[in-house]
Amino acid sequence: MGRVVVDVMPKPEILDPQGKAVARALPRLGIDGFVTVRQGKRFELEVDGPVTDDVLAAARQAATTLLSNPVIEDVVRVADESAA
Amino acid sequence: MTRIGVVTFPGTLDDRDAARAVRVAGAQPVSLWHADDDLHEVDAVVLPGGFSYGDYLRAGAISRFAPVMTSVVDAAGRGLPVLGICNGFQVLTESHLLPGSMVKNDHLQFVCREQRLVVENNTTAWTRDFTAGEQITIPLKNQDGQYVADAATLARLEDEGRVVFRYHTVNPNGSRHDIAGVCNAAGNVVGLMPHPEHAVEPGFGPDGAAGPRTGTDGLRFFTSVLSTLVG
Repeated sequence: MGRVVVDVMPKPEILDPQGKAVARALPRLGIDGFVTVRQGKRFELEVDGPVTDDVLAAARQAATTLLSNPVIEDVVRVADESAA
Repeated sequence: MTRIGVVTFPGTLDDRDAARAVRVAGAQPVSLWHADDDLHEVDAVVLPGGFSYGDYLRAGAISRFAPVMTSVVDAAGRGLPVLGICNGFQVLTESHLLPGSMVKNDHLQFVCREQRLVVENNTTAWTRDFTAGEQITIPLKNQDGQYVADAATLARLEDEGRVVFRYHTVNPNGSRHDIAGVCNAAGNVVGLMPHPEHAVEPGFGPDGAAGPRTGTDGLRFFTSVLSTLVG
């Protein structure tokens, strides 16, 4: 089975309140030293058969139309991550 | 009688209140179902609040692709008055009928309060029964209510007078430019975070000048669209 992974992150200029909440919680666990945390989304799209150029093109289209909102998010990666 | 459609998505909460507001204003509410692309010859459409499709992915993101939205987007392009309230506003931005987007409140908390607003634009299909600069109070309740847009979009909205409502006294969610609601260029599509449909009947709304729960400022959203349609 082929797998395409799509990573979506909030735009740098958009405040990421969830990431900030995580950053504030880490020191409470004794985990210090991480000055910022940003939280994004990872999508795993699977197909029967190999990941072809057409599959990647469809994944890119999905990434920009549904999986992300370009006003607030960037698609940072669309990659073939099929198990070897 | 003027027919105003109220859309129900899976997870919509405020469709009954919106239908009630339409009726109190003197129009006939018509229930529209997310999976039906037939608008049943309505004269205007309200997208009510709630958590359509559980807010999965992003608020309003899945609803945008519901069959009814294809028809709403088409009709809005031809001038049909459309009002998006809270989650309905999020659906309108995801549908690209309105610019910008909403992200989580800057303080990370759900907020529920009686919110003071300034009516900045009283020429839209949904605000013509207000006066420009008028202050009104209607309920606000949301988690993802922080209005964001890039600097160029904000400048364009300000220049074109398309900021319809601005938060007054308190900015409850970190929205850019204190924006509570915006409209499209033609003024027939309006979206806002606060809830006019919860302030249409004495006894059930926010506090008003005449005493506790006497506020009915929300009713004029719905009478405005009747003024627009009837002329």
